Amino acid sequence: MRPALEIRNLSKRYAGGFEALRGVDLDIRRGEIFALLGPNGAGKTTLIGISCGTISATTGTVLADGLDTVRDYKAARARIGLVPQELATDAFESVWATVSFSRGLFGRPPNPAFIEGLLRDLSLWDKRDQRIMTLSGGMKRRVLIAKALSHEPQILFLDEPTAGVDVELRRDMWQLVRRLQAQGVTIVLTTHYIDEAEEMADRIGVIHRGKLILVEEKAELMRKLGTKKLILELASPVAALPPTLATTGLDLAAGGRELVYSYDRQAGDTGVAALLAALAASGLDVADLRTEQSSLEEIFVQLVEEPA
Amino acid sequence: MNWHAIRAIYLFEMARMRRTLLQSVISPVLSTTLYFVVFGAAIGSRISEVDGVSYGAFLVPGLLMLSLLTQSVSNASFAIYFPKFTGTIFEHLSAPVSAFELTASYVAAAASKSVILGVIILLTARLFVPFGIAHPVWMAAFLVLTAVTFSLLGFLIGIWAENFEKLQLIPLLVITPLTFLGGSFYSIDMLPPFWRTVSLLNPVLYLVSGFRWSFFGSADVGVGLSLGMTLAFLLACAAVVAWMFRTGYRLKP
Ligand SMILES: Nc1ncnc2c1ncn2[C@@H]1O[C@H](COP(=O)(O)OP(=O)(O)OP(=O)(O)O)[C@@H](O)[C@H]1O
Ligand SMILES: [Mg+2]
Repeated sequence: MRPALEIRNLSKRYAGGFEALRGVDLDIRRGEIFALLGPNGAGKTTLIGISCGTISATTGTVLADGLDTVRDYKAARARIGLVPQELATDAFESVWATVSFSRGLFGRPPNPAFIEGLLRDLSLWDKRDQRIMTLSGGMKRRVLIAKALSHEPQILFLDEPTAGVDVELRRDMWQLVRRLQAQGVTIVLTTHYIDEAEEMADRIGVIHRGKLILVEEKAELMRKLGTKKLILELASPVAALPPTLATTGLDLAAGGRELVYSYDRQAGDTGVAALLAALAASGLDVADLRTEQSSLEEIFVQLVEEPA
Repeated sequence: MNWHAIRAIYLFEMARMRRTLLQSVISPVLSTTLYFVVFGAAIGSRISEVDGVSYGAFLVPGLLMLSLLTQSVSNASFAIYFPKFTGTIFEHLSAPVSAFELTASYVAAAASKSVILGVIILLTARLFVPFGIAHPVWMAAFLVLTAVTFSLLGFLIGIWAENFEKLQLIPLLVITPLTFLGGSFYSIDMLPPFWRTVSLLNPVLYLVSGFRWSFFGSADVGVGLSLGMTLAFLLACAAVVAWMFRTGYRLKP
């Protein structure tokens, strides 16, 4: 199946000469949730802007559904919805008017029933006649989402949809994104909340200084780069490691209550078996054990801090 | 053609107008009234007739043009500048809307608003001075053509301006002098020969003249020339707008 989005050799040099994107190639699969991560100024918004038509590319192409977003912009853009990073909304218009406007702007005939459903989904129905400027920031973000979905796009870009959003709205947003995915919508989102990418994404891309430095299945990424920790809780604390365990790589933690063993899941021999044998021989009384996997955040920091 | 988009933008703009109806009608009507009081009554008592028309009546087409030009420019320039200012322009840029569709819908809305105002001013003027309209169809045609042309100019200014000062600059520095020197208040026959020649370089003169012809059947320059010049100005503005969009000028980084 053809990818929903095909990005080829995309680069962007802004008027001041700054290179925000440097030769990005990326395919977004149909129906996936793709999380684009990267520090401030990495080029995420630029990449999204070029895909949606708000920024012009210096070189390269973006195909949406096989349609060139520049040469075939009408057909391509009709398939794309964008929730921008900045909260740019009308002020004096009502919620209903602004969402209906967006649907028309994207070339769709009026459909009050659909708009009603959308506003209900986003808990905006009660506010439909309210002027946008009287809404709170989180509500305005919902309005932007409603506008982006008003023309029933097949590809949705969410540029930091949960920045400055409370826990409840964040949950709602996640649910909405999953619902959209279930309907077959392809979703590209950027976020600085790694847990969000971890929770939502099927695949993750990391962009740094205008270059895509990694694209990976989330699970694969976690497996590949994740170090795992085995934590053993002792029945009674010890002051120091018994000499028989000194060379196993165990660390004493939690005031002598826990033993921590870090290992690489990918390694052929994780050393876990040997460790457990040594442990049994040492006579320490292990009350419980658990494992911890490194979060995406740790992986991400590690990637970005490595010299590019 | 994305008709739904054209309709959406047009209705959006007209709704904006409806919200500000009072202020958008009151100020032009008030200023027109003041012009009539000052020019018509005070000066008009000294100038009895121009080209066989009472000075009060002679003023009507000129004043109407003056309001039409300034209103068209300010309506259209503000309409496109505002989304740039607030950032909501992103939606227009990301929509399946061509430059032509975008321009057409904004210009149509701004021009509609000006034409409505023009009619209101015409009715207001009728309260002060009696006058007839010799060629009503031509009058309407000039009204619409001027509104469209200057809405296009305003649209262009709105795209070009990157701050409020610049948005005000062109109307203040260019449009107002051109309209005042375009024979709104006098016939260029009243000027010394040198200034008469200079006036012929002013595009507004042709608008006012053609418009005046549609009222009284006579004017400074021939009606064909008026029409031709107006159309030429319209095309020039359209060409600049087309160029701006093709290059993404000041719309897209
Ligand atoms: N209009 C512009 N003119 C010049 N430089 C720009 C412009 N827009 C963005 N940049 C620069 O391009 C780089 C990438 O910006 P971009 O907005 O794509 O980053 P981002 O990854 O979205 O960052 P953030 O996480 O802060 O949103 C930044 O260094 C930014 O300063
Ligand atoms: Mg950004």
